[in-house]
Amino acid sequence: MPDAMIVGGNRIPFARSNTAYARASNQDMLTAALDGLVARFGLAGQRLGEVAGGAVLKHSRDFNLVRESVLGSALSPTTPAFDVQKACDTSLEATIAVANKIRLGQIESGIGCGVDTTSDAPIAVNEDLRRTLMEANRAKGPMDYVKLLGSLRPDQIVPEIPRNAEARTGMAMGEHQAITTAEWGISREAQDELALKSHHNLAAAYERGFFDDLMTPYLGLTRDNNLRADSTAEKLATLKPVFGDPETGTMTAANSTPLTDGAAAVLLGTADWATANDLPVLAKLVDAESAAVDYVHGHEGLLMAPAYAVPRMLARNGLTLQDFDLYEIHEAFAATVLCTLAAWDDKAFCTEKLGLDDTLGTIDMGKLNVAGSSLATGHPFAATGARIVATTAKLLAERDDWAKGGRALISVCAAGGNGLVAIVEKA
Amino acid sequence: MTDRYTQFVNSQIGERLADMVGLPKPAQLRRHSPGDPLLPGPVLLGGEGRLHDVVNKALVAADAEVHTELADAEQTPRYAALVFDATGLTSSADLIALHEFFHTTIRRLGASARVVVLGTVPALTADARERAAQRSLEGFVRSLAKELRAGGTANLVEVAPGAEAGVGAPLRFLLSGRSAYVDGQRITVGAPTDHPPVAPADPDAPHAGKVVVVTGAARGIGAAIARTFARDGATVVCVDLPSAGDALSAVANEVGGTALQADITAEDAGQRIIDHVRQRHGQLDVMVHNAGITRDKTMAGMDDARWNLVIDVNLQAIEQVNDALLASDALGTAPRIVCVSSMSGIAGNRGQTNYAASKAGVIGHVEALAPTLAERGGTINAVAPGFIETKMTDAMPVATREVGRRVNSLSQGGQPVDVAETIGFFAGSDATWVNGTTLRVCGQNMLGA
Repeated sequence: MPDAMIVGGNRIPFARSNTAYARASNQDMLTAALDGLVARFGLAGQRLGEVAGGAVLKHSRDFNLVRESVLGSALSPTTPAFDVQKACDTSLEATIAVANKIRLGQIESGIGCGVDTTSDAPIAVNEDLRRTLMEANRAKGPMDYVKLLGSLRPDQIVPEIPRNAEARTGMAMGEHQAITTAEWGISREAQDELALKSHHNLAAAYERGFFDDLMTPYLGLTRDNNLRADSTAEKLATLKPVFGDPETGTMTAANSTPLTDGAAAVLLGTADWATANDLPVLAKLVDAESAAVDYVHGHEGLLMAPAYAVPRMLARNGLTLQDFDLYEIHEAFAATVLCTLAAWDDKAFCTEKLGLDDTLGTIDMGKLNVAGSSLATGHPFAATGARIVATTAKLLAERDDWAKGGRALISVCAAGGNGLVAIVEKA
Repeated sequence: MTDRYTQFVNSQIGERLADMVGLPKPAQLRRHSPGDPLLPGPVLLGGEGRLHDVVNKALVAADAEVHTELADAEQTPRYAALVFDATGLTSSADLIALHEFFHTTIRRLGASARVVVLGTVPALTADARERAAQRSLEGFVRSLAKELRAGGTANLVEVAPGAEAGVGAPLRFLLSGRSAYVDGQRITVGAPTDHPPVAPADPDAPHAGKVVVVTGAARGIGAAIARTFARDGATVVCVDLPSAGDALSAVANEVGGTALQADITAEDAGQRIIDHVRQRHGQLDVMVHNAGITRDKTMAGMDDARWNLVIDVNLQAIEQVNDALLASDALGTAPRIVCVSSMSGIAGNRGQTNYAASKAGVIGHVEALAPTLAERGGTINAVAPGFIETKMTDAMPVATREVGRRVNSLSQGGQPVDVAETIGFFAGSDATWVNGTTLRVCGQNMLGA
């Protein structure tokens, strides 16, 4: 079975909602991310095996978003593509899909990608109005129309605007996390510290040119505009809670990710394909595991699924939580990362919920999100997985002296109680 | 980038109006397109000397219709080019041959015609009289260039004794549409080396199989250089600042090359270029140092930041990258380095002490490195663009721009492709004995000429 090698990645800088990309569509941004990737690796006019990707907030006209983006890109128009939609796990799942096809020998090369815009979100007609209109579509005679006309009500004008809320609970993701945060007793200081580190790590990565071959500017933006390189603990401490109890809540705008626009892509291939095309290989995608939790009935926190996925993946690979040189845990909220880490070091959680004999233990925090993560970059839902995979692969490839041979753990929580984790190893 | 005035005077009404009030009439220049013949009509070859036969053969090989006698005006009313071998002129008395040849033939030139005079490098002549006669050619050609109309150009090729085989490259370049904006200039073919010139197998793909790195490739002249090399068969690595990455990737994808986002002033820039080229393309055949910036201020008002940035980008970065390239084994067997200097580096320009210093330094740099490159079968040369129509010149005040455009023998600004074609000439496998030189692409601009 051939390995699925990560050749490189590209993303456009991420932009806070309604800023630099306010007028860009998902297709515009994804095409730009693909074109930057194509240019970096000289793939213009080439046919790749597959491009998989998607968006979370999607117009109905964008049912073939990725294929349409490929057609608009410099890739050969004979490159097939398909859409995936799995909330914040979208582009990680897409990347794993491409990797699996590569490992099965079905394709030699492919791209995993994702894009999201909260500035150009789909707005649908009111559900009542939509039903009336569908009835009109089925109407047979003039009398039917008159009847339907009579059923129209002013409140049907109110459009359906997508909300960042769970379909089954009606609660915002932040409200869900606030419950989990309180349950695990994660302090405000710990969350702010993690947020601050994310910003400082990202700023340092920019300063050393780390993103020179991971990013292509777009619409005048050359860096993630959510980045606050000069942020301090004092500044963060002044912010008021935005989720949970207004008085005792610990989650603020700074230790939660903002709504963000952006796109990211990862190029994968077999080692032979890379060699034949004079392309580098940075790392390989070794394994992945999906998990989900029952957050609806309150048995588990909405964003805790990765806590369940990781031990299953570790067991399958004969690894411990400490057998990694790098940990890339998506910072949906600072508290998400801290709750997950706390759970892995909690005897009751590990024995009762995970069914383990002992805890998974702690990790070296110096190995966590070393080039910054979503709190600093922002989090265009479907783009985040691809951002993390590309960043991780490049981090691993940069050094030869890894204690664990160059192994990284990727963990991305998602809406709906989903979670997806993966192992990436230096090539 | 549109020169509306030139468009206007080339319209029917515009032409009549310009005639009536005596306005300058810039012509639409003949520029190269793939598949074009070397010349759109016959070439008359005159003069006597050591180059006559070599030139005749080269012209015939390039499918040109060569006349060695002036044809009947009814049969051949217009010549596309006049080529005169002046290497046989060894004294001032011999100069009358120039008058004899050009006096009658100059009226027979068609549109976008070419005059090429071939001489000997004055410093390499046998005696004082020959040297004076050969030095005369430059004044003659520069004046004749100013007399030509309808987009015609006149240039001088000086050939070192023994380097006759090297005349083909500048000859083909100057006669073709590739040299549209090179006027009133001198190209020197230096002493022969162990690496003989190799004429391109396919004149439409002179750079086939070559790997070319172009800095500042995201826009303007750099993008034109990338496109021109790609058109001529090369694989192009497009380099520009990370902040210009979006425009850069568009160019790279258009030319089917690769994009390398890098700051050429960074210490490791040379190594990054070498690593990229090694990994992706094996070796580097042509290095084009096009990236450059201006930070204009008169001396009294210029802070040291403006000074340092311009010197750093325009000169030090080139030196640093070239040092790295020459120390590595990434260069191919016949490497070519082409730097972009500037007319300001020759003529000087108010408010550009920093820029002119850097661009004059580039001329010194190519002169200094020429012997090193020659040892490796390579060359290093520079182009010095004059007024070239880019987004940068579009942003100039109208009056400044109009004056800038018209103060040259062709009464118009050049196009980015004109600079690119000249760089392509230096990069050619047949230009191996043209080394350490700087060629202006300025339409014979009056500044510093």
